[in-house]
This record gives sequence, C-alpha cells and structure tokens, in this order.
Amino acid sequence: MTGHIASIKSYTLVFVALLLLTLATTLVSTIDLGPFNVVMALFIAVVKMLLVALFFMHLRDSTILTKVVVGGGMLWLAILLVFSLMDFGTRGWLPVPGK
Amino acid sequence: MSSHTELPELQEQFETPTQQKEASTLGMWIFLVTEVMFFGGLFLAYTIYRRQFAGAFGLASNTLNVVIGAANTAVLICSSFTMVMAVRAAQIGSRKALIVFLILTILFGGVFLGVKAYEWNEKFAEHHVPGPTFHLEGTTAQGPAQLFFSLYFTMTGLHALHMIVGEGLMLFLLWKAYAGKYSPSYYTPVDIGGLYWHFVDIIWIFLFPLLYLIARHQH
Repeated sequence: MTGHIASIKSYTLVFVALLLLTLATTLVSTIDLGPFNVVMALFIAVVKMLLVALFFMHLRDSTILTKVVVGGGMLWLAILLVFSLMDFGTRGWLPVPGK
Repeated sequence: MSSHTELPELQEQFETPTQQKEASTLGMWIFLVTEVMFFGGLFLAYTIYRRQFAGAFGLASNTLNVVIGAANTAVLICSSFTMVMAVRAAQIGSRKALIVFLILTILFGGVFLGVKAYEWNEKFAEHHVPGPTFHLEGTTAQGPAQLFFSLYFTMTGLHALHMIVGEGLMLFLLWKAYAGKYSPSYYTPVDIGGLYWHFVDIIWIFLFPLLYLIARHQH
C-alpha cells in the first residue's frame, strides 16, 4: 500500500522555492509599498503555505474527502476572519444612538 | 481476511491497509483543521488590534530582530524538508535514511527552539515583556505596545509549545524506526507525524511576516 512516492528533485525544488520566498518577503518588506506591504507579505505567505500543503503534506495526492475537509476548514476560517473584520471595519459608519 | 494475518498493523475494523491509512490521514487533517481555527482566532485578534493601534504595533514590531527571525524561518523550512525526506525514506523502506532524517528534523527543531529562547530572553532584558516593568522607547502608547507583545508572546509561545510536542513525536518515531517498526507497507505514524510537523511550519510561515515584517518599510 505504498502511496505515491515523489522524487527527491521535486522536494528539493519546493525546498529551494520556500527559502527564496523567505528571502523575498524579508527584502520586499523594506521597500515602502504603502498599504501593499501587508498584501505582499500575506501573498508570499499564502504561496509558501500552498507549497508546503500541496507537496510536503501530499495534499495534491490525497483523497477527495481529505481535500473537502481541508477546503471546508479554510471556508470556516474565512468566515471567522471576513465576518469579524466586516464588523470591526464598519463600526462607526452609521450614527447609532447610545454607541 | 488473509490480509489481517499477513499484516499485524492492520486493525480488524478496516478491510484494507489503504482504507486504514486513509482513515488515519483524514483524522489527522480534521485535527489540523481544529488547530487552524484555534490559531485563526489569535490571528484575528492580532489583525483587529493592529488596525486599531497601527503606530504602536509598527514601533513594537520593528524592535524584533528581523535577521534572526528570517534565519529561524529558514531553519524551520530545513526541518520541513528533512521531515518530508524522512517520510519518503519510510515509503521506500530505507530504515537508515529514515533514522538520519528524523534526527536531522529533531536537530533543526531544537535549533529553532534555542533561537526562540534567545529572542525571548532578549525581550526580558529590554523590558519588552508586558507587566509593571514594561517600557518601549519612543511612544506614549505603552498600553497598545504591551498588547503587541502580549500577542507576540502568546502566538510564538503557543507555536513553540507545538514545536515541543512535535519534538516529542519525532523522538517517538525515531524510537519506533530504530526498532524497525516501519516498512513500505506500514509507515502511517511517520506520515501523520509529518503532517503535524508541516502544519506547525505553516503557522510560523504566517507568524514571521505578521510579527516581524509588517512595519519594516517605516524603519
């Protein structure tokens, strides 16, 4: 019952990509991009997360059920973050008495 | 039924080794999803307070040592690489490579924790630990600055706790691997342990830019 065995080469490529992305995010952070500094940092972090999850955690070769569970987890995380930030981000937009 | 007598690791409730392994993998992913929600709450708290106190958070963030942070990120990525190589060694049935890569993973994890301990110690020396002696230079917003360091210690502390648990898991795997318990037909614990280790790596992948890098351009 040996699962899919990936090559050492593919793991090494992912490894090098992760190291380069770490260097990239560190260097980019010193350049003033205004509000896009945070966007850039999170974008690189998400790319790194996908590399680790898809290749190192073998999500690419896992069953549909596992992928659905992970996708569902991400959906609930999005609900937690987006809905809470919608609340905090829009407070004070309307003059509610007693606030 | 014959597969049960041939494979002592196959539990009786499972038909095939593949079914058993898929059940274990799914169970681990469900646990990891609960961990995502757990850390998600902390990331949310961080985001909300950072929006509210951007100035103090930026100032506090810039006191962290970015070179050490980046180097430690690289160390953790190295540990993830040796972990995936350990899983691969188990898949191809190389006991020696499995043991070597597990030891390397434990060592990289140890280096990460050691560096983290050094960083924490620095915070105590600089009075950057929330409490009566807390003081951050260059701001009157001592409260929000303490909030940043509260979140810093909570998030890196919980991450370090996960690392310590991971080191324990790796030692267990090393012990079993040394005893020759794993083979290409049964290496599920190595695989599951790897999932945990990579997950902890992913948490740090987000902690590093959010804690160390967010206000670097204002330096």
